[in-house]
Amino acid sequence: MTNIEIDGKQVSVPTGGTVMDGATQLGIYIPYFCYHKKLSIAANCRMCLVQVEKAPKPLPACSTPAVEGMKVSTHSAMAVASQKGQMEFLLINHPLDCPICDQGGECQLQDLAVGYGASASRYTEPKRVVVNKNLGPLISTDMTRCILCTRCVRFGQEIAGVMELGVAGRGEHAEILTFVDSTVDSELSGNMIDLCPVGALVSKPFRYSARTWELSRRKSVSPHCGLGSNLVVQIKLNRVMRVLPRENEEINECWLSDKDRFSYEGLNSEERLTTPMIKRDGQWQECDWHTALEFVANGLKAVQKQHGVQSIGALASPHSTLEELYLLQKLIRGLGSGNVDHRLRQSDFRSDSHLQGSPWLGMKIAEISQLKSALVIGSTLRKDHPLIAQRLRQAVKQGAHLNLINPVSDDLLTNVTNQAVVAPAAMAAMLAQILKAAAELKATKIPATLKDTVSSISVTDTARAIAASLIDNKPAAIFLGNLAQHHPQYADIHMLAQHIAQIAETSFGVLGEAANSVGAYLAGAVPGLGAVGIGGSSQVGANGNNASQMLGMSATPVAEPCRAFVLMNLEPEFDSYNPQQAMKTLAAAELVVMMSAYKKHVTSADYADVLLPIAPFTETSGTFINTEGRVQSFNGVVAPLGDARPAWKILRVLGNLLQLDGFDYETPEQVRAEIFLAGSDVSTQLSNRLGSFAVGEIGQVSEGLQRIGEVPIYQADPIVRRAESLQRTHDAMAPLAWMPGALLDRLGVQAGDMIKVKQGDGEALLPAARDDKLPANCVRVASAHPLTATLGAMFGEIMVERL
Amino acid sequence: MTQLTQILLAGLNPSDPNDWRLRNYEQREGYTALRKILNEKIPPDAIIGEVKKSALRGRGGAGFPTGLKWSFMPKQYEGDKYLVCNSDEGEPGTFKDRDIMHHNPHSLIEGMAIGAYAMGIRTGYNYIHGEIWDTYERMEEAIDEARAAGLLGDNILGSGFSFQLYNHHGYGAYICGEETALLESLEGKKGQPRFKPPFPASFGLYGKPTTINNTETFASVPWIIRNGGEKFLQIGKPNNGGTKIFSVSGHVNKPGNYEVPMGTPFAKLLEMAGGMRGGRKLKACIPGGSSMPVLPGDIMMRTDMDYDSIAKAGSFLGSGAVIIMDDTTCMVKALERLSYFYYEESCGQCTPCREGTGWLYRVVHRIETGKGRIEDLDLLNNVADNIQGRTICALGDAAAMPVRAMIQHFRDEFIYHIEHKKCMV
Repeated sequence: MTNIEIDGKQVSVPTGGTVMDGATQLGIYIPYFCYHKKLSIAANCRMCLVQVEKAPKPLPACSTPAVEGMKVSTHSAMAVASQKGQMEFLLINHPLDCPICDQGGECQLQDLAVGYGASASRYTEPKRVVVNKNLGPLISTDMTRCILCTRCVRFGQEIAGVMELGVAGRGEHAEILTFVDSTVDSELSGNMIDLCPVGALVSKPFRYSARTWELSRRKSVSPHCGLGSNLVVQIKLNRVMRVLPRENEEINECWLSDKDRFSYEGLNSEERLTTPMIKRDGQWQECDWHTALEFVANGLKAVQKQHGVQSIGALASPHSTLEELYLLQKLIRGLGSGNVDHRLRQSDFRSDSHLQGSPWLGMKIAEISQLKSALVIGSTLRKDHPLIAQRLRQAVKQGAHLNLINPVSDDLLTNVTNQAVVAPAAMAAMLAQILKAAAELKATKIPATLKDTVSSISVTDTARAIAASLIDNKPAAIFLGNLAQHHPQYADIHMLAQHIAQIAETSFGVLGEAANSVGAYLAGAVPGLGAVGIGGSSQVGANGNNASQMLGMSATPVAEPCRAFVLMNLEPEFDSYNPQQAMKTLAAAELVVMMSAYKKHVTSADYADVLLPIAPFTETSGTFINTEGRVQSFNGVVAPLGDARPAWKILRVLGNLLQLDGFDYETPEQVRAEIFLAGSDVSTQLSNRLGSFAVGEIGQVSEGLQRIGEVPIYQADPIVRRAESLQRTHDAMAPLAWMPGALLDRLGVQAGDMIKVKQGDGEALLPAARDDKLPANCVRVASAHPLTATLGAMFGEIMVERL
Repeated sequence: MTQLTQILLAGLNPSDPNDWRLRNYEQREGYTALRKILNEKIPPDAIIGEVKKSALRGRGGAGFPTGLKWSFMPKQYEGDKYLVCNSDEGEPGTFKDRDIMHHNPHSLIEGMAIGAYAMGIRTGYNYIHGEIWDTYERMEEAIDEARAAGLLGDNILGSGFSFQLYNHHGYGAYICGEETALLESLEGKKGQPRFKPPFPASFGLYGKPTTINNTETFASVPWIIRNGGEKFLQIGKPNNGGTKIFSVSGHVNKPGNYEVPMGTPFAKLLEMAGGMRGGRKLKACIPGGSSMPVLPGDIMMRTDMDYDSIAKAGSFLGSGAVIIMDDTTCMVKALERLSYFYYEESCGQCTPCREGTGWLYRVVHRIETGKGRIEDLDLLNNVADNIQGRTICALGDAAAMPVRAMIQHFRDEFIYHIEHKKCMV
């Protein structure tokens, strides 16, 4: 610690700290533009000049190291004169266009000009004009306003991991731009808007739509990835106008992914369903709530009477709230069926009966930044969990090893220590290698159940290096990503990874795919997991079918197929593992009740019989339990659009209509109180341990071409699919059929040629694209996209034909 | 010029096109210092001690004591350390390093090798100004010669000491003469100064400890080792050891580089340069390159050419570029040209320089073109005040000092310009 004095007050700054750090501790305000606590020091705006005793000239507080006994004055004549001088310089070339600038009212330059600027300018020369840049659909530019603080540049280099913006030109000709007319394509790009202290970078979707002082600010929680980023939702006239990060150092820090930030456009989509609708004689008719709910109740009763209760099933999105998921499973179980699930993209459920709790991250999100070694298995991490990728990037910068086992080799924009890019079918074998290597390195015995699996496997150098990395660098962690969770051998992968974690003594976690992936388990929105679930949900014992069985996607056929479905907050054509099969099952069903915020009857996927308009997260109160097991409740920030209603209310009324007990809630708090029985502790319900699951055959080599089907970042849930600006980004480009060059040659096609991709009895026409890093005989075709919804399973056999 | 002691240019015959070569250099006692050090295994500390004793001060402009700078290099540091020669001679009026490299390149190579030995460095870079292609090629040839002769590279002269030296050709940005901007440029980045601390001695090239000296500084080292620091000091004045090359330009009969002992009277230097062109009156002189304050002729005529004397007279020795202006010179025009230079060469990184240099230039330009206002003079001074001492690097000071000095010494001329919308001269 270094003791210094600022404005007569003593403060101890951690060794290596600066005058700015000391001032922050003391609560002394020093004006600045370029300084940002999360970015490297640039010291270029010179606004934070302060007087330091014995220094002949004013020094920038942000970059001046605290030295024992240093005496600093932030308000002396010299300091104030320096600060005012810099403010004058910053203003001489800054346009006086605050009345038409979106930053007006939340502009650091405007604010500081009040305190440090003069009322009139001494500058009478012509002002500089800088040509605007097109940075893509999310960031709007007014580069004449730029004060060249370089926060956006440093953000790209240091946080996003890619330098998409840079400074070119010298002196007055210096300007911020991209490399030869490129756009800014980072999945974290929106943070540059927050960082810009002036109106040079502003939100394109929000531009000219409201003034900041007209907006109400409401707290909320992001419904997208498993992180549960904290949001400030800004509203005007009952409409969500903009979303900004709510700082939470333990979760999203001060950042937001673009998905979290710009998805709000989907809330105001033209496609919002605003009134209940019933399909009669193939025609959709609007109706009132009473009619719609009567229709649902009668329909369910009819199916129950005719086919038995086991033919009723419910499927919900893990982006739904805890309360919604809880009431849905309570309703289904109240009827007597155990068919309820939220894992539509999972394909391997063999380990279900071995689960000891809800799969979770296995550690605190904030601890990721402190890791010294990590192994990520099966994940398009940057697109699935942008801010977890960011945390790993920071850890790598501090010397951590990042090891990957993936069927794809997407650039994580950071240094990767060891990487095994293997075909999906070889992932489990790769893990077995690491397990063997780890056991050798630790001189431990491999568990007897795995001896046969591992004995014949020879260990590659990569596997040994990964094992060593995990053993030698602590803290270490192993994470299962979304691709692993969708993988047809998920149970084997999970079990092998668990054993590696045990032997290498690392943390072990599952990266929650959705905002409420953990909550969905705890709410009981899974079939037959009596042990899992807190409070009321754990009481229910009825075993049922999982999502795969209900939708007929499972290899093992079910005795009693589902004939009535209640679908909540999802679109099975995009949200299921095998949309082709799911669509067939739904088409054959007698009743499909769709609880959705969006219209379905105008799309080709017209499988529903009744549409119940539900409120998205901004229009209802609710709770998400994020991937680290953190319970985050939020309130609705605007009233439901049209006749839409919060899903918990709909389920409550439906429960009453079905004459089920325990559906007399008045408030969402009552639902929550029932879920979190007094004294219940979420953390005791979290576990990634599979009890005695026996790993299956892992050595099989699959015949033919294999599909790698990931979920594109802006196709992951119904809201983001309708966020117009995000849909115009580079990340939202139409799917291509990616293949290694050898495969393209064998097929006699070239990158760019349209080809026919077939799975089962569905096909899609897609342009071929070349990715030589893909494993041999693999074709990467994104799922969850309208252009590929006709195809089958996310993994498995696929056929490719030239036209 | 034989009447005065020379060190850097001693014995050179500019009419001999091969005089720069290794063979000729060795005939002028070249590489004897390096050989002596390696043969006798002179301890590095003794070399730094000798340089300290010589009172050699950095010839790039700041005049920092070289021996002291060398002693900052962490001795026990494991891993890479770098030696960098700043040959990015961009200061208007300065052309001495170009001539050293052109006519006596091996003096620089030997000086750097000695410095590397003294500081335990194995890799060096010579960053050469962008506009001088032939000099870059000359240095490349000279390094090849030295390498071929075993005077550079691995295991120099069988001593076990290795030193790799590379030339790097800049791209012509003035700011890259600032040592940390030079390092950035050398790393392949945009040439922009770094804020200090940390200083290059602890965080330099590629973040490693780095010592950066000017060409003339390094080139002085072999002589100091050959003849002793004491003797070098005696040539000059206390605290101002040795000789210095002055690049005399402007209104003189024989502009060029003149190497004279520190402390030589300005009048003597002017006489060596052939006196004033056309016998006109000396109006003003910038004694240390365009960044330094201008001094009126009468003050200069009473001043000696060394760091301390010129500082006392109100300017700085700087890089030793002596810009002579006679009584036909319009000082407003002269300042306009200087201000334009800094406006164009500001790197744009920090606010005061980026915004202030353009403001200064535009106001001076207005005065020059007859649109000046009397309050502009106070404005210029105040803007210069707001720049000076508030920037990341010294370019801000370099832009501000000429403005303040010009207005201080030639205020009447500026007022005349404003009132009569034309030159006084």
